[in-house]
Amino acid sequence: MTSMTEQNDIAAQQHDETNEHHHYAPKGIMRWLLTTNHKDIGTLYLIFAFTMFLVGGAMAMVIRAELFQPGLQLVDPNFFNQMTTVHGLIMVFGAVMPAFTGLANWMIPMMIGAPDMALPRMNNWSFWILPFAFAILLGSLFMEGGGPAFGWTFYAPLSTTYSSDSTALFVFSVHIMGISSIMGAINVIVTIVNLRAPDMSWMKLPLFVWTWLITAFLLIAVMPVLAGVVTMVLTDKYFGTSFFDAAGGGDPVMFQHIFWFFGHPEVYIMILPSFGIVSAIIPAFARKPLFGYASMVYATASIAGLSFIVWAHHMFTTGMPLFGELFFMYCTMLIAVPTGVKVFNWVATMWRGAMTFEVPMLFALAFVVLFTIGGFSGLMLAITPVDFQYHDTYFVVAHFHYVLVTGAIFSIYAAAYYWLPKWTGHMFNEFWAKMHFWCSLVSVNVLFFPMHFLGLAGMPRRIPDYALQFADVNQIVSIGGFAFGLSQLLFVVVVVKAARGGEKAAAKPWEGAEGLEWTVPSPAPYHTFETPPAVK
Amino acid sequence: MNTPTDRQTQHQQANKKLVGRLVLIVAAMFGFGFAMVPLYDVFCDITGLNGKTNSEAVSTVAVDADLSRQVRVQFVTHNAKGVAWPFQSSLPSIKVHPGVMTQVEFVVENPTNRPVIAQAIPSVSPGLGAQYLRKLECFCFNQQPLAPGERKVMPMQFYIAPDMPNDIGTLTLAYTLYDISNRGDQPANAQTAAP
Ligand code: HEM
Ligand SMILES: [Cu+2]
Repeated sequence: MTSMTEQNDIAAQQHDETNEHHHYAPKGIMRWLLTTNHKDIGTLYLIFAFTMFLVGGAMAMVIRAELFQPGLQLVDPNFFNQMTTVHGLIMVFGAVMPAFTGLANWMIPMMIGAPDMALPRMNNWSFWILPFAFAILLGSLFMEGGGPAFGWTFYAPLSTTYSSDSTALFVFSVHIMGISSIMGAINVIVTIVNLRAPDMSWMKLPLFVWTWLITAFLLIAVMPVLAGVVTMVLTDKYFGTSFFDAAGGGDPVMFQHIFWFFGHPEVYIMILPSFGIVSAIIPAFARKPLFGYASMVYATASIAGLSFIVWAHHMFTTGMPLFGELFFMYCTMLIAVPTGVKVFNWVATMWRGAMTFEVPMLFALAFVVLFTIGGFSGLMLAITPVDFQYHDTYFVVAHFHYVLVTGAIFSIYAAAYYWLPKWTGHMFNEFWAKMHFWCSLVSVNVLFFPMHFLGLAGMPRRIPDYALQFADVNQIVSIGGFAFGLSQLLFVVVVVKAARGGEKAAAKPWEGAEGLEWTVPSPAPYHTFETPPAVK
Repeated sequence: MNTPTDRQTQHQQANKKLVGRLVLIVAAMFGFGFAMVPLYDVFCDITGLNGKTNSEAVSTVAVDADLSRQVRVQFVTHNAKGVAWPFQSSLPSIKVHPGVMTQVEFVVENPTNRPVIAQAIPSVSPGLGAQYLRKLECFCFNQQPLAPGERKVMPMQFYIAPDMPNDIGTLTLAYTLYDISNRGDQPANAQTAAP
């Protein structure tokens, strides 16, 4: 990090020397605390997200160590439940979402020819409240009675009647995360709507910008609902209301409706920006323009729209009437259509392209294949009658890890490798980056693929112990887990090396890359596009 | 050509307007989260979806008995967490003709040496059948205060609406008994009764 600081300082100084007006930016820690520069804030978000990824990953290691053998050996069940809960919360709200916001901060202004984000001071706030949210959440683990242990979905009455005393801390931390992402989303929308370079028309926007715009609308639509539902949990637990308590006339099933009204759009919040990233990288390394640009935009918008009417596919087993089951089943399957359009377009882009396989492309290709596997298991889960068998088993765990780890996280890695030369000004070490890719690719499949079989055979999710017949497969899964965890440390090696030095990167280090971000030098100067660029 | 500062002031106006609108959406969606609570109840009330039965006695209009078929009604009792009071129905199940008034007794006992207040919450499966199970009297309409050691026999009167679809052959009526001694001032069914 110090080297990044230095290097950005140098960029800032160079800029000051060559530019007409001067900024006297504070140095050291104050520079980072007070910064309103989109590149600084993007860097902060990315470092924060990766740190949280390692923390959440450490919890996953605890989970897999406990599940290495049947029986209880390392941790007690209550702690195990805290690990699954906080692992989920950290990965969703601490790793994937901030990583996307970091990418948005760095890249959106440069992609649309804007000098910065539209609301730079709010930008500073949206980042700096995040560490507090996660300090509160992690701190609650050390309280008497432990931290949250009710699953990342915090179903009532688990989170109300049966939860530990620290639940208020959980609620406040979720409030802060929510405020942070709402502010981030508002900033993205205002930036894209108001700060586009004059000839950057809507249908010229890079897809990463489009997908983020739609994601930002999803965020401001559903994060307030999340804030509402945690508030209801808070008042049910501490102030005697009965939103979810049948004894007072409430209904615990209603919790699930409100939660998943937020929760399903939330899973698309975690995948739409990935679609944008992959749509930038595949054309660059296939050296062909993206196939079906307009259909990509419409597909993204229709996925976002449909995501509001499918939430009850998480609730097939709550005793909905037949009509409800069918409605949510068909709507869910309908989402596979625009998703299929996207996969088709990526494949068509590669068709007869002059493809090369640099590391960003490797991650993007793995994304296309493995995300599609996750989409297929999603389709299987969408079939109501079979969901009665699969629900709450490891099959669901396999499904959402394929879409989130090999989907969202692989796309974030693809983005990081694609833009790292632009951020640091150096090419990364190809050997270690390829090691990172291949080790991750193999281990992630050893980790998650067998979970499908565990689920089909009936192993329930969120349990610290299991029946003997699952022992062998769990051992394989755990080994895959440890290997995947270790492989991620290779990424630290690559990034630190690239930040320190290495072969100088050209302004456009990838031959086929398109877009305004490649018209500025590498590393990108502290201020870019103070006068709007011309767009072809 | 515009200087950067010109551009900034121009944008600032536009930004303010857009931020204002977006904040409105955020506020509206926060409100919507809470509005889902009454909406949910109204929706369930109209469609009869989630197995809730009427929380006040239905008026006794004469209904024609349908002697051509019988429906089995099962009674299930549960105690909520922390409630250790014996609570049972006098019969596990009963076969009735739609339209015929039936009475069943439930018995609850307070084995502790302090006065308590009990509240039973009913739920019917299948959910769509709930609207056809009409109660004229139910101990669940009211809170049930129980003196130390008291044993109380509580009647429940109902009939099955004759227009219940033929494909429902069995209805399960489940009661969960809650201890509401510490929240006794709150009317039961406060929210369901609202619409
Ligand atoms: C073709 C697209 C998809 C379909 C048809 C689909 C369908 C489903 C269904 C039916 C479930 C509920 C399973 C159950 O609990 O029994 C589910 C769970 C889940 N899905 Fe998907 N899904 C799709 C894509 C995605 C994507 C893109 C993501 C995220 C990036 C995602 C994340 C999740 C998560 C996190 C859960 C589990 C939530 C939990 O219970 O903790 N899904 N999916
Ligand atoms: Cu979903």
